[in-house]
Amino acid sequence: MNENFLQERYQRQIILKGFGEKAQQSLLQAKVLVVGAGGLGCPVLQYLTAAGVGKIGIVDGDVVSVSNLHRQVLFDESDIGKYKVAIALNKLKLMNGATDIEVYPYYLDTNICLEIISSYDVVVDCTDNFSSRYLINDACVLKQKPLVFAAVSGFEGQVAVFNCMIAEKKVSGNYRDLFPIQPNDGEVLNCAEAGVLGILPGIIGSMQASEAIKIIAGIGKPLINQLLTFNALNNETTIFTYNQNVESTVVKSEDDFYRMNYDASCETVNNPFEIDVAAFDKMIVQKETIIDVRELYELPVANEFAHIKIPLVQLTNSLNKLPEGKIIFFCQSGMRSMQAATMAAEYFADGKRFFSLQGGILAWKKMHKTQLS
Amino acid sequence: METMMNIKVFGQLEDIMQANEIAVEAVDDTEVLFQLLFEKYPALKEKKFKIAVNKKMIEEKTMLKPDDEIALLPPFSGG
Repeated sequence: MNENFLQERYQRQIILKGFGEKAQQSLLQAKVLVVGAGGLGCPVLQYLTAAGVGKIGIVDGDVVSVSNLHRQVLFDESDIGKYKVAIALNKLKLMNGATDIEVYPYYLDTNICLEIISSYDVVVDCTDNFSSRYLINDACVLKQKPLVFAAVSGFEGQVAVFNCMIAEKKVSGNYRDLFPIQPNDGEVLNCAEAGVLGILPGIIGSMQASEAIKIIAGIGKPLINQLLTFNALNNETTIFTYNQNVESTVVKSEDDFYRMNYDASCETVNNPFEIDVAAFDKMIVQKETIIDVRELYELPVANEFAHIKIPLVQLTNSLNKLPEGKIIFFCQSGMRSMQAATMAAEYFADGKRFFSLQGGILAWKKMHKTQLS
Repeated sequence: METMMNIKVFGQLEDIMQANEIAVEAVDDTEVLFQLLFEKYPALKEKKFKIAVNKKMIEEKTMLKPDDEIALLPPFSGG
């Protein structure tokens, strides 16, 4: 590719005041990893390729299906059944032959995530589930990679930029500062279950591409420590600010990362930590240590038995202060307490003295109400 | 007439509130507000969400004024 062609190709943005040759050079040298080649991923890939990003990695293990076509605009009817990354590679190569495109035709997991992310400068999260979102977030925190986040639901979208250097040795907030605890994948409906207006990920993905370009080019004010929300029905756009919270850091080392189970679903059968309401009541009588890991405001209050309160996000910092003997964690429905028990058991390398109340305080209250009446 | 405060509702929390904006009687702080909301909308207890007061997401108990802009924000997963 000769110099004149490049000059002409990007001329309309190079002549922009505050952009120029320097910003274009930054784009040409940038390496961006796009995780997910779906509704958000398509516009992100198209605009980053068109803008002249030097290298783009695409991660997606899915094939094109007919219900993707209303929003995943890189694909056409003849692509149904083919790998998304393969189609994307071909189409993007036609768009910009100078862009180096590497494809990963599988889903990210803890084993491969850190290694792949390490070879890129910026990561763009275009996935469609919480397991991937928390996995990518924690990996980017560990590897100190700026992360451009976006997610959609129905007619609404969210956009944010995480892990940017905002001062010497000071990195901006991340997804866990916004939403510290990973919801179960069934807890919030995804596009397949709740529906999505086709154009919405087009708008939100374009905003995401814009944020990525701003970070790389060093222009404007990316959404650092901010969450943008957009509603396509009334065009209402709001920018919220949030605080960074050191206690929200769940994964502090690569060892922690490899131990995480991001795919933990609601399935809790045969878990060694779980005890039922009857066993829990025995522990109350025996005056064992009981810990509520819910947020302080959560209801119902458990005033029927003595316990202490340590919200799950603060637990990692309090593990060394836990008393000896049996400890039973409980939460609302038994998910977070399970995480707490797993965390404590790993920390003390002792799988025998930590327990989690199955079904949480809701199951406990329900059982006791039934017995009373 | 009772003073009311408006709350904007985002994402799938709309399914619980059956509206994207609700009005509840004005309360003094976020803790009382949570109690009130959980009473009115028990299904909300099961949801993960953040509360924002005047476009600032908050973690701790915060005093409220009737004209504060309050929003309830759940995480989205779709892409």
